[in-house]
Amino acid sequence: MAGMGTSHVPGAGAAMDNGKTGEPYWEPLFTGLEPLRKWHSQNVPDVNIIVFNDHATSFSLDNYSTFTIGVAEEFHPADEGWGPRKVPVVEGHPELAWHLVEELIFEEFDMAVAGSLDVDHGLTVPLSIAYDQPEKWPTKVIPLCVNVIQYPQPTPLRCFKLGQAIRRAVDSFDKDLSVGIWGTGGLSHQLGGERAGVVNPKFDNTFLDNMTKDPMANTRISHTDFIREAGSEGIEMIMWNVMRGALNETVKEVYRFYHIPVSATAYGGLILENE
Amino acid sequence: MPYSCNVKNLSAHVAKEHTMTTRDYDDVPGTYVLDSRTYRKGYHLNMFLMTLNKSECRDVFAADEAGYLSGFKITELQKQAVLDRDYLGMLKLGANAYYAFKLVSHDRHPPQVMYGKMNRPELSFDEFQDMMLKGGRPIDGNRSKKETPNG
Repeated sequence: MAGMGTSHVPGAGAAMDNGKTGEPYWEPLFTGLEPLRKWHSQNVPDVNIIVFNDHATSFSLDNYSTFTIGVAEEFHPADEGWGPRKVPVVEGHPELAWHLVEELIFEEFDMAVAGSLDVDHGLTVPLSIAYDQPEKWPTKVIPLCVNVIQYPQPTPLRCFKLGQAIRRAVDSFDKDLSVGIWGTGGLSHQLGGERAGVVNPKFDNTFLDNMTKDPMANTRISHTDFIREAGSEGIEMIMWNVMRGALNETVKEVYRFYHIPVSATAYGGLILENE
Repeated sequence: MPYSCNVKNLSAHVAKEHTMTTRDYDDVPGTYVLDSRTYRKGYHLNMFLMTLNKSECRDVFAADEAGYLSGFKITELQKQAVLDRDYLGMLKLGANAYYAFKLVSHDRHPPQVMYGKMNRPELSFDEFQDMMLKGGRPIDGNRSKKETPNG
């Protein structure tokens, strides 16, 4: 099992969809992503568990679960207001997804179960970042949606513990599958209010350092610390803790890339391998 | 060993000052958190914005914005803020940025248009883009209302 962390800025998806990745604004991002994509081309698992968030697309104020697992055969790119992205349909893995649901609920993580779920840029942009523009995504995907947009979000510690429980569940699955796990979103950014555009490289790089050096430090950041230091949308970074919790105690950083700006966001990309 | 795998008994770090009316993050300048207070104030406004995910709704809205808005239980101030594309006003009246994006997308504008309009004073697309290309809005001086009232 290996893990990736990546931001999911919709503009990066649009740049690929509209053939703009060579433009001066986008060139540094896509050049920086080359080693990450090379790693992915050499490490294609059977299934990726993608820990992501929905952005007022399939979930909204009328019904919002803290943790949701998608158990469908397939997931369609959603219309988020500008028409669905023209990217391949995402193939699910219902058997492993249901195994996760059962194991996690028996471990007292009360997961919501989605049998129909259109997926927005939070899930499809990380796929494009990893795999560029294939005819078909090279892996099956289990979407694991975390509420990070409506307060109170789950705590960073809870996210880490969920990752640990996911690892135990994957290890107990009775079929031999290779599984990757992705934590997506972040890094520091704020999209609303007079403070929109705030970023914090020091906070971000400490968070990235601690993914290998001291993962528990990343579970001790309060909601207010995230809002204050990483911007109101920076709290998406708690999804990286799910990914980190699923890996071994000791991991190796294979690749790291950090770039400002992607839209109003500090982009972070990270590949971790178990030691 | 940097940490122990046995974290089951650890408890989470949560806000120290937390009541239904005040939160410790209220001190963060120029920031609007979608919490219970915003949720209740902005419920119908945000649910109107959600409808713009559907192309058939976008068409009806485009044909008669004020008429479409009158079908929702939103206040006159909220309605006017939508018609004026007053994004900061919408946020103050309970909208959340992710929901407000639906309107930006409907107008076929890049998100930087919304970010710039929320700045005080307002910034154009190019001015906001320029700020980001120079490294973004600095965190120093923007952590607390004690440093800067609006961020």
